[in-house]
Amino acid sequence: MTTAPIHPINEADMGLGSRVHSWVISVDHKKLGLMYIGIGLIFFVIGGIEATLMRLQLLKPLNDVLTPQGFNQMFTMHGTTMVFLVGMPILLGFGNYLIPLMIGARDMAFPRLNAFGLWLFIFGGLLLYYSFIGGDGLYGMGGAPDTGWFAYSPLTSKAFSVGHATDYWILGIMVSGFGSMTTAINFLATIVCMRCPGMKWMRMPLFVWLMLTVGVLVLVALPVLTGAQVMLLFDRFLGAHFFDPQQQGSVIFWQHLFWFFGHPEVYILILPAFGMICEIIPVFSRKVIFGYPLMVAATLSIAFISLGVWAHHMFSIGMPPWLNSIFAASTFLIAVPTGMKIFNWIGTMWGGQIRFTVSMMFATGFLVMFLFGGLTGIMLAVVPFDWQLSDSYFVVGHFHYVLFGGTILAVFSAIFYWFPKATGRMLSEPMGKWTFWLLMIGLTLAFLPMHLSGMLGMPRRVYTYQPGRGFEIWNLISTIGVPFQILGVLLFVINVIKSLIHGRVAGPDPWDAWTLEWATSSPPPSENFPKIPTCTSARPLWDRKHPEDPDFFYE
Amino acid sequence: MTSMPQTNFIPSSAPSRGKVGMACLIFAECWFFAGFIVAYLFYIGKSSSGPLPREVIDIKPVLVNSVALIASSFTVVAALRGLARGAMGTFRFWMLLTILLGGYFIFGTAMEWRGFIVDHHLTIRTNLFGTTYYSLVGFHAFHVIVGLFLLATVLVLSLMGHIQVVRDHLRVELISWYWHFVDAVWIVVFTTVYIVGMRP
Amino acid sequence: MPFKFFSAVCLLAFTIVTGTGVYGATDICAPGSVGASDAATPMTQTILPNIFDPHSPPARMIQELSWLVLGISGGLFIVVEGMILYGVIMYRRKKNQKNGAEPRQVYGSNPVEIAWTIIPLLIVFVLTLTTVRAIRSIELTEAPEGALQVVVIGHQWWWEYRYLDPNVPGGQVIVANELHVPINRPVWLRLESADVIHSWWVPALAGKMDLIPNHTNQTWFTAETEGLYLGQCAEYCGNQHAGMLLRVVASKPADFDAWMQTQIAPTVNDPSVAMGRDIFQEYACSTCHTIKGISDGQFAPDLTHLMSRQTIASGVAPLDPATLRAWINNPQELKPGCNMPSLQLDSQELDAVTAYLLTLR
Repeated sequence: MTTAPIHPINEADMGLGSRVHSWVISVDHKKLGLMYIGIGLIFFVIGGIEATLMRLQLLKPLNDVLTPQGFNQMFTMHGTTMVFLVGMPILLGFGNYLIPLMIGARDMAFPRLNAFGLWLFIFGGLLLYYSFIGGDGLYGMGGAPDTGWFAYSPLTSKAFSVGHATDYWILGIMVSGFGSMTTAINFLATIVCMRCPGMKWMRMPLFVWLMLTVGVLVLVALPVLTGAQVMLLFDRFLGAHFFDPQQQGSVIFWQHLFWFFGHPEVYILILPAFGMICEIIPVFSRKVIFGYPLMVAATLSIAFISLGVWAHHMFSIGMPPWLNSIFAASTFLIAVPTGMKIFNWIGTMWGGQIRFTVSMMFATGFLVMFLFGGLTGIMLAVVPFDWQLSDSYFVVGHFHYVLFGGTILAVFSAIFYWFPKATGRMLSEPMGKWTFWLLMIGLTLAFLPMHLSGMLGMPRRVYTYQPGRGFEIWNLISTIGVPFQILGVLLFVINVIKSLIHGRVAGPDPWDAWTLEWATSSPPPSENFPKIPTCTSARPLWDRKHPEDPDFFYE
Repeated sequence: MTSMPQTNFIPSSAPSRGKVGMACLIFAECWFFAGFIVAYLFYIGKSSSGPLPREVIDIKPVLVNSVALIASSFTVVAALRGLARGAMGTFRFWMLLTILLGGYFIFGTAMEWRGFIVDHHLTIRTNLFGTTYYSLVGFHAFHVIVGLFLLATVLVLSLMGHIQVVRDHLRVELISWYWHFVDAVWIVVFTTVYIVGMRP
Repeated sequence: MPFKFFSAVCLLAFTIVTGTGVYGATDICAPGSVGASDAATPMTQTILPNIFDPHSPPARMIQELSWLVLGISGGLFIVVEGMILYGVIMYRRKKNQKNGAEPRQVYGSNPVEIAWTIIPLLIVFVLTLTTVRAIRSIELTEAPEGALQVVVIGHQWWWEYRYLDPNVPGGQVIVANELHVPINRPVWLRLESADVIHSWWVPALAGKMDLIPNHTNQTWFTAETEGLYLGQCAEYCGNQHAGMLLRVVASKPADFDAWMQTQIAPTVNDPSVAMGRDIFQEYACSTCHTIKGISDGQFAPDLTHLMSRQTIASGVAPLDPATLRAWINNPQELKPGCNMPSLQLDSQELDAVTAYLLTLR
């Protein structure tokens, strides 16, 4: 284990230029993690602006805020941004920041590779967004990509995607995908090799277990996407026929490859959120996580089953009944371990003394919203029901409950929980409560009515809709939800800036928590721990605080 | 405290970071190749026009090629044994042989491609066979070239006297892992293209 | 919580809206907005694309299945959400509880954890069986006995229908954008695509099925009620995905036969509009559009019996002389991004072409 040399330089004493420089050249997992999260949040705002434009366009039927192509570019960029440039980096950023701290290590296994991954991600994101300027190519057409985030062929072929917008999409995602893969390799090597003395597998914090699983899923899913994108590039530039129906190429083959990546990707976006909730709910309920071994088992089985459910995105392509049945069954099956997790979280709260800090409020919000999104997911697995609902606004409502109500709420919960650790200062609780309620109201207003307009026959990805079909009221309500969310996020940004300067000083362990990251100062020194800690159980700090009744009695 | 907590478990007895990292890289590469292998299998017999595999593939030179590549896996093991003993001469000899065998494989592939392109007018845009063949075999050849580059770097460094047994044995071993992986992928590619793909 | 309250309000409002169909009367392309003489069949009602208002066996089977699914999910929602709510209220920190006095630590409970593994497994098992049975009864692999057979071809951004009928010359009757069917007779659709992936979705008749290039799909329905069924393309297919509307007219068998006769009839050739016809032939119109005996373009809707339809531009606008003229003048105005170019006709030419098209009954 190499120990980074310790620079006893106070950052506050440095000039702005050298401060920026110190971040750019950094290979410290904490700085890299914070940069991941910060840039992810910037892209979150950009993706939010795109969503706002779409909601304005759909405010009323036959509206003309955006042109059809403009709208199509917005939903493509919104989806791509939120998945690849918001979800992935924020979650990988939390992993980066927390894994070494939680397992008592000084840094990641490959710090320079780690920095390389971050810069690949940044470059990939810039490449994707450069398409707004450079996507015109030589053809004088295009701009940003407009093929949807899953880029179904043959819409992405040269014939239907003139110009270079689609190429920017392919290359941007591919480059940031390489970044994610290097990060995943780092996670796995770090978790396998660098745990502190005493930290056996079954003593790892559940967040670390979840990130370990995410690492494996990234290494399975992203190479397949990269391979598919390479095939698409070959089609577009070399005249290959992978997805060319004119030459007997199969456009469904793209769907299989994409969703073989795409469904594990959904779990890549939600499992870290599960991990955060697994850390936060016990601390604020003042109880040990209920059923740790079952949580680990459920995590592993979710990851395993998630590799065999991809075609449930494709129930309407005309698969034979037996194939439809198999994918319906595997999709139902994955609900079981997910359900176990929800029950175990409730079991953890049961009999506790719940402290409703903002972080815990967001965690509870996550439970409420994610449950709803999970149940609509079960509905979508009922194949005939899905024949009505797939590609309708119901699906849009469903995955926004999962990804906004699930992942994003968990991320907010995590930010309120770990902000004191990363910065040494507390976020404002009253402002946080406002953010919480504004976001809860905003997302309910925006996404609940989508289920209804979908059941009334409104397909997704339409730039406008006909009056008189019953869509008006639900779209109006959806758009009304937007300002609530904008206000909530705005308050959050103000909260962060204000708290960075004036926030209450946190101290090493403001929540009276139990995992190793709270055993060091806030913010942690660049070598993380002055002395490598030892781990006595799954809650090492509990053992220190309660020597009369430590956890290792119950192992 | 009545009983001591168990802290005698020290995970630093776990495998080295390098090994885990390389294993992860190989794991990811497997999935990358899986996509192209599935594509090849899926499109067997679906080409709408010729030339078809049976019309153009000559199995004999490919077999020689394959023997060379597989032999290079053994020579790299011999090289590592030499390095472990500190016998730098043996190490360099076997490394050179590995590189030559790998180089011969690339040469053989190039000759096969030349025959396809010049004699049979089969390119990546001719039909689905061309599309899937050049992609799969080409990506494998690309990995062989990357492996050759790594091996050559090691050889040059050792000739310059920069390879130290204790410090670098693990590093060279990791490169040999990658080389074995490239070999193993070839066995799968060979089965796919030259056995399964030859069905009428 | 505002969430619960809001969901209750939404569900209530939803029931009211779907139950009464208050929006039904305002459809811009409803029969009332078209001249009575243009309508091939007098229609009684417009049936909105509501999945809970089925008028055909597949849609009804799905609706019945959906009640079960909604019931199970709703039950689970109430129970689990209730548990969360109860936990949140009952176990919040009380004033008299101090820091440091921790509650009893419960590490898990095998019976409880086994219970909440087994019970979901059972629910999932039931759902799987129900789903498999429903798939088998809805997804047919062969046309039902006596079915009307129609090939549907998706184009960017309109629908082509080819009725397979061995008794007519050529073996098929080609129409565009408005599918006419007789009630109470199964209709077997063979779904194909000329360019990208589309999806045929008329919720009151059947679930959606994709139209995929180089791959044929099937679906079926039996309309049980006379009326105009609305739907639209449900797989993103480019610029005008939203402008690819579906209209299915179900009428009594006799009315359907009468409509079919008008489609088989030879092209109207009215000498008084010869000028418009000549312009149609000379300009690019004829390279894309078919008018039997005049042109045979394959890229755009067949116009041989244009005036038997109620809408143009795949349901985006009503078919009346003024709209038709505006459409020919600049299609990009009405349907931005569509594949029909403006031919820069002058006013006189526009009038002539419009007058010609208006004779194509």
